[in-house]
Amino acid sequence: MSKPILSLENIYVDFERDGVISQVLDNVSLTINKGEFLSIIGHSGCGKSTLLNVVAGLVPVTLGAAILENKEITGPGPERAVVFQNHSLLPWMTVYENVRLAVAKLYGAKENLSQLHDRTMRNLELVKMTHAKDKRPGEISGGMKQRVGIARALSMEPKVLLLDEPFGALDALTRGHLQDTVMELHDRIKATVLMITHDVDEAVLLADRVVMMTNGPKARIGDIVEVRSPRPRDRKELLKDAHFQDCRRRIVQFLEQHDHAVAVKEPA
Amino acid sequence: MPFEVQKMTAAPISEPATDPVATQAEKLLAAAQAKQIAASKRRKIADKAGNILMPLLTIGVLLAVWEGLGQAFPGGLPSPSMVLLEAQELIFNPFYDRGGVDKGLFWHVLTSLSRVGIGFGLAAVCGVLLGSFLGTVEWARKGTDPIIQVLRTVPPLAWLPISLAALREAQPSALFVIFITSIWPIVINTMVGVRNIPQDYVNVAKVLRLTPAEYFFKIMLPAATPHIFTGLRIGVGMSWLAIVASEMLLGGVGIGFFIWDQYNSSRMSDIIVALLWVGMVGFVLDRLVALLGQYVSRGTAAD
Repeated sequence: MSKPILSLENIYVDFERDGVISQVLDNVSLTINKGEFLSIIGHSGCGKSTLLNVVAGLVPVTLGAAILENKEITGPGPERAVVFQNHSLLPWMTVYENVRLAVAKLYGAKENLSQLHDRTMRNLELVKMTHAKDKRPGEISGGMKQRVGIARALSMEPKVLLLDEPFGALDALTRGHLQDTVMELHDRIKATVLMITHDVDEAVLLADRVVMMTNGPKARIGDIVEVRSPRPRDRKELLKDAHFQDCRRRIVQFLEQHDHAVAVKEPA
Repeated sequence: MPFEVQKMTAAPISEPATDPVATQAEKLLAAAQAKQIAASKRRKIADKAGNILMPLLTIGVLLAVWEGLGQAFPGGLPSPSMVLLEAQELIFNPFYDRGGVDKGLFWHVLTSLSRVGIGFGLAAVCGVLLGSFLGTVEWARKGTDPIIQVLRTVPPLAWLPISLAALREAQPSALFVIFITSIWPIVINTMVGVRNIPQDYVNVAKVLRLTPAEYFFKIMLPAATPHIFTGLRIGVGMSWLAIVASEMLLGGVGIGFFIWDQYNSSRMSDIIVALLWVGMVGFVLDRLVALLGQYVSRGTAAD
């Protein structure tokens, strides 16, 4: 079996506001193996984004540690590249320049200009965005922006790729296309991926394991479902796959149990 | 009722063109569309004509009223025809130079503009740097905020005696007045722009581990560009205000001095011509900075 690359050990995250402590994460421990695709699912406000930000180094832990390849994570860095929910491309730069910024920062000292150019184009190629390389983010669709966001993150050749609800703001059709793209990329470059989502189908389709979080405050890992459906996966084929359907059902069941709204509706 | 609507959409959409009813409908539709296009064209032409004609009309009416008043009260403000007559050379030959201060308006304006160029240029560089610093470092902003709020309300001419006493000469004093007048809106707007940089961009910079210098040039300056140009636009307007006023007091060459000089020789017509120059140059300066801002920040506002 593959080796663990990232481990979260007894992580607690508390936020303080006006002297009041709100506990967001409560003793979360998790190990991610090299090349694994891990989805984290939970209701909104359960702290799943906080968990991703801990790995990204953007949110400090109150207690516990996040360890990447035997080194504790103390701040953000390119080896844990993030694809943000709202793409976060710099609007004054073209698609090419947005990726080039990352490439130049990481490889500028080691490579010459033509190598940097090739590297930039190669990453745009991966997400099929070379045709729009001279457009600005304002001139392309939401799905295309997110593709560029993925290209920028991949160009950093991260040890772990972090996806923070990357397709949340997209329409269903674009979403499907991008899920296929991410699956294909994952198969091709064997990246280790940590993805936050609130979409059950997306979680199961993409992941090797789906981590389900209980509702906040004091969110914990409720359960983990292992998706053993073979890759490459095809969404239509999977509809007939009993194991896939079983995973899906288990997650839906978990989410329903933890849904405040449903709990209120049903008389106790 | 809703079922009937469904039935209509479910009916076959395209019939063969030979159907007389369908051809008739197509003709009617084509006619209606042609009418629509013609109406929109007419609206556009009327709109454009209005943009040119209305200002011309307004100017014409104002000139006529002014002319009438001038005729009715001779010896007062010269009427437009009087100005045309008396200031002929000034209007039609702005480039003459007979040595000393006896020069065409172009040279006076050029002198004033070069002063504005230096003073405002310095203010722009210092203002953006200071604004970026104050926008980034919270305690520095807190410390300087009350001082800036007070100093920015000081009228340009109030600075003149101090700067004359300190610098002793007319030219640097004029530059200082322009500098100190136009720097505040630049500092304040840059500061607001820097403070409003979206957290997303900051996160991108953090993940990439940009150095402070890289962050300043790649993220901070471009992100704050629209705000910076708002400040520059206000600043350039204020420096044009300041230069005309300070030149009146300092003497020498310059459009402000020219106006004061003509007042001393009671040449009202010349003053009116000079006023028009001042107004138009100010307008052009404002537009130039605005256009430059639009060009530099293209795409920045789009998301």
